[in-house]
Amino acid sequence: MTLVARARLVIVTVALLSMVAAVSARAETFGPDGAPNPTASVVDQGTLLKQVPRIEGRIDIPDTKASVLVQPAGRTWDYFHEVLLHWGGAIVILGTIALLGLAYLIMGRIRIAEGRSGRKILRFKAFERFSHWLTAVSFVILGLTGLNITFGKIVLLPLIGPEAFSDVSQAAKYVHNFISFAFVAGLILIAIIFFRDNLLEKVDIDWLKQGGGFIKSRHAPAGRFNFGEKLVYWLSLAAGLAVSVSGFLLLFPFFGTDIAQMQLAQVVHAVVAVLFVALILGHIYIGTLGIEGAFEAMGTGEVDLNWAKEHHDLWLAQQLANQDRQRQPSATPAE
Amino acid sequence: MARMKFLCDADRCIECNACVTACKNENEVPWGINRRRVVTINDGKPGERSVSMACMHCTDAPCAAVCPVTCIYPSDDGIVLHDKDICIGCGYCFYACPFGAPQYPRVGNFGSRGKMDKCTYCAGGGGTEAPGSAAEFAKYGSNRFGEGKLPMCAEMCSTKSLLAGDGDIIAQIYRERVAKRGYGSGAWGWVTAYKEDIEV
Repeated sequence: MTLVARARLVIVTVALLSMVAAVSARAETFGPDGAPNPTASVVDQGTLLKQVPRIEGRIDIPDTKASVLVQPAGRTWDYFHEVLLHWGGAIVILGTIALLGLAYLIMGRIRIAEGRSGRKILRFKAFERFSHWLTAVSFVILGLTGLNITFGKIVLLPLIGPEAFSDVSQAAKYVHNFISFAFVAGLILIAIIFFRDNLLEKVDIDWLKQGGGFIKSRHAPAGRFNFGEKLVYWLSLAAGLAVSVSGFLLLFPFFGTDIAQMQLAQVVHAVVAVLFVALILGHIYIGTLGIEGAFEAMGTGEVDLNWAKEHHDLWLAQQLANQDRQRQPSATPAE
Repeated sequence: MARMKFLCDADRCIECNACVTACKNENEVPWGINRRRVVTINDGKPGERSVSMACMHCTDAPCAAVCPVTCIYPSDDGIVLHDKDICIGCGYCFYACPFGAPQYPRVGNFGSRGKMDKCTYCAGGGGTEAPGSAAEFAKYGSNRFGEGKLPMCAEMCSTKSLLAGDGDIIAQIYRERVAKRGYGSGAWGWVTAYKEDIEV
């Protein structure tokens, strides 16, 4: 054995021995007579709670989540759910409704400036409208049933009594669980079919500079979707992804998650859902009451030519150019 | 009015799990549901301690606060009861509970939960069933409390580690024990459940 190898052996042995000594010194306390003192080695719960967020141990039953003995974070989650979420949610949602009401009082319904031309142009194909309404209807159902879980006991319970409210909430729970799949399907369809037209372009900056069509004297240029619509698209996609992922975690409780992650999933789900509801309230207002001629796009699918000229001039020009090209008899022979 | 509490003296618990069995038997708790369990801290190491844990019947119970249908409420004795006819099985009480007490039978699709079940302090149910009736027993288990008896788990604990009864009295018993033997790992869960600790 060479000197180097012998030295290495000594170093490793000393290191191992000192490690063993260190571990037992940390774990075991000795009495004044040198005998191990098992009671002095005990961690008391006060000290333990200061060191770790929750006390966990070993259990004899297969239910792994039962191994958490104490998790004071439950009270924190209670505070979030009963105070922050109730106040925050109410302020955000009622505030949005108040702001939209104010906008309506100040600006009123924004009319088509040149009046209706009587000529129509197809804006959304049937499948695009189907995707939109699949998402929209499921969103409204999910929103109402979700709000019931948070605000139902304040708003609905005093009106209909505990038994009826329990039946309604039980049904709402199942509806919420099942409709979630329709919402995710709709969201995926929307994400795919509207993706290209929602990529940001240079014209979006001009649209913003011109006041987004809310200033009557200025024309805001836009392609198929203006910057406001693109914002709704991208924010909906982000919010939709967040509520879907957190929602599926809540749908399959404790499948690979622990108590802290379940609480976090609920917090994310609730906070994003409240903001999502506020966003969609704005979207619904602009698409129905706010702007004349906008609803038809998703209703019948066809919009008035003057409406298109005012709100989506670049898109209209492109559509008309396409139509002209198709009308040229030499371009494509009839099959 | 007495304020009913649980106290597990972990320095006496021998992890025999008899409290778990007693609870299951007394209340005819279904398979997969554990109203009470024993958790072992630092298993196999010096200073290992076991704690028997169930619903602690908290002061300002967080489960009751978060319940979307307000089916959980404290009784006059501070026992946290719930009404299974009102419960919708949403699982929120489990997220709020610091002690993992609420249990749910698995029903139907996904991970969806049936009506919540938890320790009732052997005091029957919080529903409309008559106290001590067969209907109450079928839904919630035993109503020993109505007969003037304490929960089965604590009553048959072989080392008298698990104490049930009026909070002031069991706190005094624990204080005397700690004073006599000279050590104690604390009243597990008391700060979180009752917002007070036992000064020893």
